[in-house]
Amino acid sequence: MTNHWVDIKNADLVLIMGGNAAEAHPCGFKWVTEAKAHNKAKLIVVDPRFNRSAAVADIYAPIRVGTDIVFLGGLINDLLTSDRIQHEYVLNYTDMSFIVKDEFEFKDGLYSGYNKDTRKYDKSSWDYVLGDDGFVKTDPTLKHPRCVYNLLKEHYARYTIDMVERVCGTPKDKIRLIWDMIASTATKDRAMTILYALGWTQHSIGSQNVRSGAMVQLLLGNIGIAGGGMNALRGHSNIQGLTDIGLMSNLLPGYLTLPNEAEQDYQAYLGTRTQKPLRPNQMSYWQNYPKFHVSLMKSWWGDAAKAENNWCFDYLPKLDKPYDMLQAYELMHQGKMNGYLCQGFNPLASAPNKGKLIDAFSKLKFMVHMDPLSTETMEFWKNYGALNDVDTANIKTEVFRLPVTCFAEENGAVVNSARWLQWHWKGANGPGETRSDIEIMAELFHRIKALYEKEGGTWWDPVRDLAWKYSNPKLPTAEELAMEYSGKALTELRDPKDATKVLRKAGEQVAGFAELRDDGSTACGCWIFSGAWGPTGNLMARRDNSDPTGIGNTIGWAWAWPANRRVLYNRASCDPSGKPFDPTRKLIAWNGAAWGGADIPDFKADENPAGGMGPFIMNPEGVARFFARGNMAEGPFPEHYEPFDTPLSDNPLSPGQPLTLNNPAARVFKDDLAQIGKPDEFPHVATTYRLTEHFHFWTKHGELNAITQPEQFVEIGAALADELGIANGSRVKVTSKRGHIEAVAMVTKRIKALKVDGKTVHQVGIPIHWGFVGAAKPGYLANTLTNAIGDGNSQTPESKCILVKVEKA
Amino acid sequence: MTDLSRRDFLKVTGVTLVGSSLAALGFSPTPALAEVRQFKLARATETRNTCTYCSVACGILLYSLGDGAKNAQPNIFHIEGDPDHPVNRGTLCPKGAGLLDIVHSKTRLLHPEYRAPGSDQWQRLSWDDALDRIAKLMKADRDANFVQKTADGKTVNRWLTTGMLAASASSNETAVLTQKVVRSLGMLAFDNQARV
Amino acid sequence: MSLQSLDIIRRSATTTPSPQARGAHAGEVAKLIDVSKCIGCKACQVACMEWNDLRDEVGSCTGSYTNPPDLSSESWTLMRFAEYENPDSGNLEWLIRKDGCMHCADPGCLKACPSPGAIVQYANGIVDFHEENCIGCGYCITGCPFNVPRISKKDSKAYKCTLCSDRVAVGLEPACVKTCPTGAIVFGSKDDMKQHAAERIEDLKSRGFEHAGLYDPAGVGGTHVMYVLHHADKPELYSDLPANPTISAAVGVWKGIAKPLGLLAMAATAAFGFLHYLRRGPSEVDKADEEAARRELENTP
Repeated sequence: MTNHWVDIKNADLVLIMGGNAAEAHPCGFKWVTEAKAHNKAKLIVVDPRFNRSAAVADIYAPIRVGTDIVFLGGLINDLLTSDRIQHEYVLNYTDMSFIVKDEFEFKDGLYSGYNKDTRKYDKSSWDYVLGDDGFVKTDPTLKHPRCVYNLLKEHYARYTIDMVERVCGTPKDKIRLIWDMIASTATKDRAMTILYALGWTQHSIGSQNVRSGAMVQLLLGNIGIAGGGMNALRGHSNIQGLTDIGLMSNLLPGYLTLPNEAEQDYQAYLGTRTQKPLRPNQMSYWQNYPKFHVSLMKSWWGDAAKAENNWCFDYLPKLDKPYDMLQAYELMHQGKMNGYLCQGFNPLASAPNKGKLIDAFSKLKFMVHMDPLSTETMEFWKNYGALNDVDTANIKTEVFRLPVTCFAEENGAVVNSARWLQWHWKGANGPGETRSDIEIMAELFHRIKALYEKEGGTWWDPVRDLAWKYSNPKLPTAEELAMEYSGKALTELRDPKDATKVLRKAGEQVAGFAELRDDGSTACGCWIFSGAWGPTGNLMARRDNSDPTGIGNTIGWAWAWPANRRVLYNRASCDPSGKPFDPTRKLIAWNGAAWGGADIPDFKADENPAGGMGPFIMNPEGVARFFARGNMAEGPFPEHYEPFDTPLSDNPLSPGQPLTLNNPAARVFKDDLAQIGKPDEFPHVATTYRLTEHFHFWTKHGELNAITQPEQFVEIGAALADELGIANGSRVKVTSKRGHIEAVAMVTKRIKALKVDGKTVHQVGIPIHWGFVGAAKPGYLANTLTNAIGDGNSQTPESKCILVKVEKA
Repeated sequence: MTDLSRRDFLKVTGVTLVGSSLAALGFSPTPALAEVRQFKLARATETRNTCTYCSVACGILLYSLGDGAKNAQPNIFHIEGDPDHPVNRGTLCPKGAGLLDIVHSKTRLLHPEYRAPGSDQWQRLSWDDALDRIAKLMKADRDANFVQKTADGKTVNRWLTTGMLAASASSNETAVLTQKVVRSLGMLAFDNQARV
Repeated sequence: MSLQSLDIIRRSATTTPSPQARGAHAGEVAKLIDVSKCIGCKACQVACMEWNDLRDEVGSCTGSYTNPPDLSSESWTLMRFAEYENPDSGNLEWLIRKDGCMHCADPGCLKACPSPGAIVQYANGIVDFHEENCIGCGYCITGCPFNVPRISKKDSKAYKCTLCSDRVAVGLEPACVKTCPTGAIVFGSKDDMKQHAAERIEDLKSRGFEHAGLYDPAGVGGTHVMYVLHHADKPELYSDLPANPTISAAVGVWKGIAKPLGLLAMAATAAFGFLHYLRRGPSEVDKADEEAARRELENTP
């Protein structure tokens, strides 16, 4: 979230699209009902199903799954052609005036530089024109035909309201009404927030769905303001934290990145990440990359990390490609992996294409599970009849399962969707022989290290040198680890401007990332968390819920990254001179000497607005980008491509181009391509989702939640049920190219048949929460149906769009 | 009276009237004591925690048996929302309101267990056995498959044949330690629930 | 707000008056359910079971989000889901109502109950069941215009929402109220709840629900659980919420006319019933009883 949960109450308009906040985040959704009740806000829900968010919406519109870019592209077109945009914001805080290279072009659904053999782009033309001064050329009049504004207008001219109705199946009158409501927030005194989740991300064009939403918000001046923002409602309690700490194939903590194998030279590695400003007097905060990186390496490898060995740069594994989950299962499926550890993760249920996963896991030599609960994955080898019909005797995988304590049995911090790090306390000991994840990881590490010490083995210097200064090496405490990621001075830190002044004593915790250095004098395990446990102690444990201005920021409650800022880009809530665009929802303002207010400025605190520094301080441009340059796999502007399982045979936005029916830059493995469904065999469009009574595959282990939603069902519109003769409450079989499930049919008026490109499309809803272990009625894993093709950028599986066939069971 | 419903009929039957008729005739016992159920949290220990499900991160209060005295083993018997928490203000959704049954789920794991190749069942083993065997399997695979250099001489120091998934409900502290251990081993097939 | 036997103002099947000197001087309590804010998440159902140490059966899906399928001795509150195509606006509406005891000011269950002290009413308005005193006859069900109490299969006693009398007694809100994520369920004095409802109704009218209104039916003397409805003119849209609930005429027959006229005759019947109870134990009324009831009624003047 750029903003935070309570801030939703400041909105005048709430758009829920690509998510279902009422069901998936009910207690956060409360702030939508507050906005409605106390701010006269309106709620718009656009979703394939009339869900429980729609139940309390002012307006609901249906949409075909996988067509959000068309709806939003149409909106962008409408806002631009009717000139309902926040001009001052767009001109000063975005790249609209930037001039783009002449070689850049878009034709027949493809951008310049496409190579159809590699399915990749040469992105060299996707960039700005630089002047002799090294800065981007701009045209503040927006007249230049190659400025981003005109390219954007041209790009979305095809996205007419007729096209939107034709592709999305949304009735035109609803589209018009919704677009006009959204356009009303282009004024300085109105704010719209967008709430989205996996309904936007789980697509082969998921990242571009999100960009489209962000572009709408930028046009309307809704980023950085109270009641605005792009608010990703994240799933798990600490998915934000795990991403922040970089537990993904290519990441290091704090969104630092692992080197690619081509990056053999440390300085070159730093150089591409240490981005210089592209416009005069811009902050371009990633210029500080070396400070954060060196501090991380000192945190990990302590005294072994020295300037002479590039701070142990070669201790980091180097990538030849991303090894995300989908790639890992592909390798397993090919028999190229031997071991797999699952720490509180149930991939057989959560990841796509269960059939492929069973084959993949069966080829492993060993699998280790650490979990508080029994999971389907740890019993993938067990025959559960039709629900998991495997040949147990022929599965040779050794499987271990280790019992782990749960949230209620530990101290520690988790990061919520609003970037708040909140400390929690242990309420009881774990049952039986349970141990904490920390203890298990420490024990495993020690045992592996001891084996190397005893027997030797392949190069193990990084294991030998890993810093491990915990008072009990076999059981580091949460407090010690929190201090480690917050960071400390290793030697005395003196003021660079006044060498007589000692800023930090050796060993003292630092107050924030501004104190980190690239000379090895500081250590910090995650620079964006720096200051969470500062010189004054654990700020994550703070419990001051006061809110002096009433805007809801409670900056004394817990601690938010970065630097306790609650609304990101809050400089953009003020006009270029530093006055709030809307004084009634003031976050910060320039007082002539400094920035301050109800939030911590997400800006240089003493930067005079006259200097023209932009509010998007992480971008080298200093402004927000409509034109993504080379940062996206499939192009600088979001373009609609059909899902891989699509009911259409042609992409209406780039007709007659088989290459651009689906995302031309998505990574597709050969075996997965063979499992794409076609509409003649699988005529119905299905989507997977969560229900409010359950959380993924956990709550089915709890009796209370099993009672409130006991048995697997699928939702089928009344028209389709009539057509197929399916009675409400009867059993149906749902089959995709990957497999089938059986469940109770819930026949509903809430899913309507859509008219898409001249034909009737029936959509089917597949809730995901059942499986073969737990307290609820046993059911099929919904991911039996989904395919393993991922988003072109993030490799998020396309679980939201599946072609299926529904029939009586 | 002929249009009375079935339920209405019942109200005027003699059976219905047993108690009050007997009472009216003087057979009544003394009025039975009727009081509300005792408040069950009166001296329970209250511990502040965060709901483990979604990323709203609602504040919760764990109520456990015992007042913290050394001889009392805490046992959580009730969980409700923390009214001081600025986001949830005491509320909890059906998942959060049902947390107690996850803490005490019948399908919680209680002992390390092992499934042998081809076997159709779990067998118990000790923590020491489990950890030693896992460490040996990991080291053997790393030793056999770790890549220090590519064919064309690039230093890559990676181990691709074993992978790991980290838990998005685990704490930052678990994550920091896991990240550090995994990368020191050179592992790249490393992921979490960010996309699912 | 202490709630003890001395705070009871009415007791079932008890002719001796309850102590009356004490009163709820800060006002009676009420729970207000704003149907227009409800997302049907069932947090109230879970919190209710969790607080009251109840676990209903893990049932089946019957083709509806309403789960369990009905109120029961372990489910004292239940979200009922109704899909309604509004003919005026052309919009689909998903009308979700939290069902459960309404805590009537004039409780039909209490009036129908033959067992002394099995049903009581506190000065603050809460109507509570005391299962130790329940004989399981089921007449509270027949006396209830909202069809709320349920007989347990385990112990053949009647159960329903207590309005968390044990929480209210120590000054807390009921569990369902506290947990409600969207603030659709609120709790306070009955006057404050009416005021809150008035504000909500104004908001709903501004959003085009011209018939928005408060449900606090006069036929049962008003209730301590009230609804804000978008369609207050059609309460039956909300899974058959009765438009004009009243205590059945038959309860009136017994309490009013029949009692003075037929006391002696009924004493004989009662004696039969008592023997019947001793012989068979508490049970729901079977067909024979029903037939007997019909004959009884036909003989009633």
